Amino acid sequence: MNNNDSLVNQKRRAILGGTAAAIAGIAIAPGVFLTETAQARPVDEPVSSKTRWGLLINTNNCNDCNDCVTACQNENGWGTGSNDEQNSAPNQKAQWIRSVKVTDKQTGYAKTLPMMCQHCEKPPCVDVCPTGASFKREDGIVLVDKHICIGCRYCMMACPYKARSFVHEKLTDQRSYAPRGMGTVESCTLCVHRVDNGEDPACVEACSSSMIFGNLNDPDSEISKELARHGGTQIRADLRLNPGVRYQGLNF
Amino acid sequence: MKKVYFSEINGNSLGYLALVAGLGLLVLIGLGAFLYMEHSGHWVTGMNNEIVWGLPHVFAVFLIVAASGALNVASISSVFSKSAYKPLARLSGLLALALLAGGLAVLVLDLGHPDRLIVAMTYYNFKSIFAWNIYLYIGFFAVVIVYLWMMMERKMNGFTKAAGTAAFIWRLILTTGTGSIFGFIIARQFYDSAIYAPMFIIMSFSFGLAIFILVLMAIYSGTGRPLGDAILFRLKNLLGVFIAAVLLMVTIFFLTGLYATEHHDVVAFILNGNNIYTKLFWVVQIIMGSLAPLALLYNPVTGTSRAWIAIAAILVILGGLAQIYVIIIGGQAFPLVMFPGMEVSSSFTDGVIASYGPSLPEFLLGFSGIAIALIIVTLALKVLQFAPNSLADADVDPHYAAAK
Amino acid sequence: MHVMHLLKTISVVVLLLTAIEVNADVPKPKPIHGEGECVEPEDIMKRNHMEFILHQRDETMQEGIRTSKYSFKQCISCHAVKGDDGEYVHVDDSRHFCVTCHEYAAVTIDCFQCHADTPRSTDKHELRVNE
Repeated sequence: MNNNDSLVNQKRRAILGGTAAAIAGIAIAPGVFLTETAQARPVDEPVSSKTRWGLLINTNNCNDCNDCVTACQNENGWGTGSNDEQNSAPNQKAQWIRSVKVTDKQTGYAKTLPMMCQHCEKPPCVDVCPTGASFKREDGIVLVDKHICIGCRYCMMACPYKARSFVHEKLTDQRSYAPRGMGTVESCTLCVHRVDNGEDPACVEACSSSMIFGNLNDPDSEISKELARHGGTQIRADLRLNPGVRYQGLNF
Repeated sequence: MKKVYFSEINGNSLGYLALVAGLGLLVLIGLGAFLYMEHSGHWVTGMNNEIVWGLPHVFAVFLIVAASGALNVASISSVFSKSAYKPLARLSGLLALALLAGGLAVLVLDLGHPDRLIVAMTYYNFKSIFAWNIYLYIGFFAVVIVYLWMMMERKMNGFTKAAGTAAFIWRLILTTGTGSIFGFIIARQFYDSAIYAPMFIIMSFSFGLAIFILVLMAIYSGTGRPLGDAILFRLKNLLGVFIAAVLLMVTIFFLTGLYATEHHDVVAFILNGNNIYTKLFWVVQIIMGSLAPLALLYNPVTGTSRAWIAIAAILVILGGLAQIYVIIIGGQAFPLVMFPGMEVSSSFTDGVIASYGPSLPEFLLGFSGIAIALIIVTLALKVLQFAPNSLADADVDPHYAAAK
Repeated sequence: MHVMHLLKTISVVVLLLTAIEVNADVPKPKPIHGEGECVEPEDIMKRNHMEFILHQRDETMQEGIRTSKYSFKQCISCHAVKGDDGEYVHVDDSRHFCVTCHEYAAVTIDCFQCHADTPRSTDKHELRVNE
């Protein structure tokens, strides 16, 4: 090769190399960043309060829909999602999430919204539980530790949202990842088994157009940005419980 | 005052054996009801996800409240040094223990997991008033047993006042704890009020004394030992004061509710609703359980008749049960207010008044709590020296002049 | 004298009954082993399985730690026993792995009041494992 050739070739190689590197970088970089956010905490790492899980529900599309309720039943094995609770009366059967219709009699304004455990920052159910079975995990999910639940139902009295249910009869059709049993109290777990797996709760997956799930403590998460931009309301905000579940579109 | 002699009752008569057998049968039936509920699950009861505490809790709370009040007579003698009540102090302590045992038995047996009682005794969340109550109730047993011991062993009599004062303070804290079970519930319109603590204390005075009077009259007429008017009329006048005090508390509670617009719905629900709670409140709690006994106890004719005094005491007890029913069940029946002023509906009885139909197993379990309390008293009287040989006027209060 | 006679009679009766009981043939349990090797050696598991289960239980419940070695769901899935009809047996059947020994030892377990006692086809998805 003569010198001109090699210089031009060198430049070409440099440009080609640089472009290739740039393209490779552009191609890989999103993968690197996206994998970091989508990747859940490793299974052997304890949860920390660096994360506070939240749910933002836009009620403008709820109307007569029940997709979130059905998804929860099928995921967690209650209601129509299980063969259990055949003996219980309708008001004895468990209900982890329900669709509530609210109407302003004066104006006629009406909205439907899904109601489940609000995963409060200051949960009254946790305060009143005598054994500490009702507890709040470091990452904000409020759960019932059914190993130490004695079934006193005081938490059910104390919940302002009627989020909790008592299991009135023997169960045999539980999901492996969602244990539930007679004589203990249960409620929405924010699909903790899915969340720990890096996934969204079943209700959010069923209605991803109107529900956002994410880390309220991360200002760059989708839920935080949406809340900062358009706000959201808490149900019974006057109780100052600071729930993790927020709603949009409730103009009561 | 004259020395008071105590002795065990004979307990040989057919009547006594029949009483023990009858109470024992009621206890066994209650146990059977418990086994049925525990084995099948709570679906066999009338309790549901709206009314989570039902008839067993009504009986249990009534007995626990009455237990602390039954100790009143002993406290008056030891703490406030009214010597006329001193002969009754042992019976008062015994009745307090027995009523608490009966109430706690019913409460524990209704748990979803009564087999986890040991968990309740070893895992504690001290922000919960329930956790505190476990200590308060167990401690009450210990404190009253020590108090009885100080009273019943001659050489410990010097410590009676100290033990009695400790017991008095303990039971005030205990009843505060029981009332606060409801007072600390922020979620419900009928609860969330500081008045529950003092109201339960006053209720305990009234219910406990009514039961004490009835038990006293039953023991003395059953054993043939004399029970003079001096002591009985003192007790019945005191009962009247307590009934009036409860009426005052209830009035304050509802007046405050009437003043606050946000509470108008729940006050109307209880005082003027088309439901069982309104009927129980006015007919049983107020008329039968408060106004009628007041009239009977203070009227010069009925107030000096043993039969009418007993009837008045029974009415107070019925009124007390109704009051607890209205508080516990009525308070749960009224819907949670998540959207003030709005009309709410759902598949989980949001926005509607919850319904509750007590079931037979619940009633049998609750009623057996009364049987447990009474059988403890009946057996204890035969085993130890709780009852004075004589409560005749001359022996108790020689200066007493019967009212003409 | 009468008391001594009575005591002697009672003790003879008790001894006889005990002897009968000791000689009665209660077969040792033969639990159906799971596939492959257990996560701990058999003798350690026999004595200490409750410690592993309870420790993992608290870690998972309170801290969200879901390692697979002592995962209860993993135990159930590995030790699942199939009946004659090809379906997994439940805790009301003596062939269920946990029941075989617990019935013999007369130790009640209440795990399966809440936990699924067999692998479930109704499970919607698998849990991630890190080993």
